[in-house]
Amino acid sequence: MLKVEETQPVEFSSALLAKFDEIIKRYPEGKQKSALLPLLHLVQAEFGWTSVPAMDKVAEYLNIQPIEVYEVASFYTMYFLQPKGKYVLEVCRTGPCCLVGAEKIMDHLEKKLGVKEGEVTEDGLFSWRGVECLAACGFGPVLQIGPAYTFYENLTEQSVDQLIDDLRKK
Amino acid sequence: MARKLLLEHINVPGINTLAVYREKGGYRAVEKALKTLTPEEIVEEVKKSGLRGRGGAGFPTGMKWSFLAKPEGVPRYLVCNADESEPGTFKDRYLMTHIPHALIEGMIVSSFALGANTSYIYVRGEMMPQIRILERAIEEAKAAGLLGKNILGTGYDLELYVQPGGGAYICGEETALLESLEGKRGNPRIKPPFPAIAGLYGCPTVVNNVESIAAVVPIINDGGDEYAKIGIGRSTGTKLISASGNLVKPGVYEIELGLPVEEFIYSDEYCGGIANGKRLKATVAGGSSVPILPANLTLKYANGEPRLMSYESLSEGGFATGTMLGSGGFIAFDEDQCIVRNTWNFSRFYHHESCGQCSPCREGTGWMEKILHKIEHGHGSMEDIDLLWDVQRKIEGNTICPLGDAAAWPVASAIRHFRDEFEWHVKEPMKSQSTNYGLANYANPIEKKEEVKQENL
Repeated sequence: MLKVEETQPVEFSSALLAKFDEIIKRYPEGKQKSALLPLLHLVQAEFGWTSVPAMDKVAEYLNIQPIEVYEVASFYTMYFLQPKGKYVLEVCRTGPCCLVGAEKIMDHLEKKLGVKEGEVTEDGLFSWRGVECLAACGFGPVLQIGPAYTFYENLTEQSVDQLIDDLRKK
Repeated sequence: MARKLLLEHINVPGINTLAVYREKGGYRAVEKALKTLTPEEIVEEVKKSGLRGRGGAGFPTGMKWSFLAKPEGVPRYLVCNADESEPGTFKDRYLMTHIPHALIEGMIVSSFALGANTSYIYVRGEMMPQIRILERAIEEAKAAGLLGKNILGTGYDLELYVQPGGGAYICGEETALLESLEGKRGNPRIKPPFPAIAGLYGCPTVVNNVESIAAVVPIINDGGDEYAKIGIGRSTGTKLISASGNLVKPGVYEIELGLPVEEFIYSDEYCGGIANGKRLKATVAGGSSVPILPANLTLKYANGEPRLMSYESLSEGGFATGTMLGSGGFIAFDEDQCIVRNTWNFSRFYHHESCGQCSPCREGTGWMEKILHKIEHGHGSMEDIDLLWDVQRKIEGNTICPLGDAAAWPVASAIRHFRDEFEWHVKEPMKSQSTNYGLANYANPIEKKEEVKQENL
């Protein structure tokens, strides 16, 4: 099992901070809180999830209270408040995708990876979960993999197997 | 062939680049608007075009623009709503992926018309690839002098930024979107004041859907009167329809409003009929929030006249026998689909996406999901169907934002039109777990095409 101490301190690299500086310029003076969502995406892309120490650092950078970051990170579904696998396979589970077989794809994923929804595989590589509509209904079933959020469309059991095998080899 | 205003050049290689987009006549609207028109004239053209908001509500865009307050010394904002999350809708993603400059061009013209010097495109966070595409397109436009300071030497300045969301359907509601853009939870605001008076950072703001903004480009190029000639009645122009479900050719289609529904579903130019030779059972014509209709009412009004793809025609008969055009998310269900299961699925969606601010929606969506889960899994009673009706009725109209209505309507319409299927689940709990209710009396009035056998030719 993958284990990360919740209290493990984090350091933001200068490259990451440079990206922060770039984003904050998009908003009028004093409205730097607007940068919160994009900053959290950058943090998650870097560390794989948004831990409490990382959120505290973001709060400090934006000069806002930590609670203002927590309440946002817990509201939006894209931010992970627990560590996940290196690849999080998110399958659309909403109506139109179910009409064309999304439920079968999720059953297959569970079998193939050997873990339940939300859990992490032994090797720490994979997690999967059902998510709500990904706005690709005409090309379903679909799944996405962060942090780049690459889309895989018109899924079949074979194409899912292929995808997982390819990711394992990476 | 129907006229295409937005997707005309979709298949041209490299149309996502500035060079090819310009070769095909792109950015003419920016030249025309900034150099020859005043902001008021642009608003007038959009009013004349009859363009109605393409995000779902269908409010006239020109009128929305004319409500924008213009106090001295206060910045105004244009925010593009690209938080496309309505189940069944994927047109904006398609447009941004393939022709990003159509949106950028529309943003420049619209921002100029509204007097905005900073504009944002709020894209749902899951669309990171589209965010990168838009950012690249913005860089290209900036390098060509179409964005930034003193655009094309006209003295007009505009900075355009792309903002990612965090994964929340509710942020498609315009005030929730503005909250999110301010770095907060996506809780819709109480209106009034409307964004036109106090929007982003408390300043006057217009929020428009991607497709509405892209449609401003042909309106400026050809004039509002030309645009209004397309379509039917108060449904002017073209509309992107996202077609999904059990269709031969699902995908995004640009139609002239007024196209018969039957032609849209069955003609080879559009969806090509129902997949695998099945028959149509039901449709959701405008995204998951609009009422579901059985096949017979989808294709024809209650009086037998053909139904058209337009705002008025789809809502003909009110909620008793009609539905809505909504965002144009057209979902087709074949004879093997279970309406109860689908309604449960949609209810789960709305329960998951409710922001939790208003009790009727927060609690009601959860109860609807639970009751539907119970019926779908063979544990329901007849009273549950009435309870379900009762719960949805208490949500509708009792919430700050339309998510409550959007959660209630699919449940109400499913019971209204498919009550016998719900009752069958209650009466035949075992059978309903292994088989489907089937087409029943919602018969698709269109006969299955008989295959022409080779030997008979």
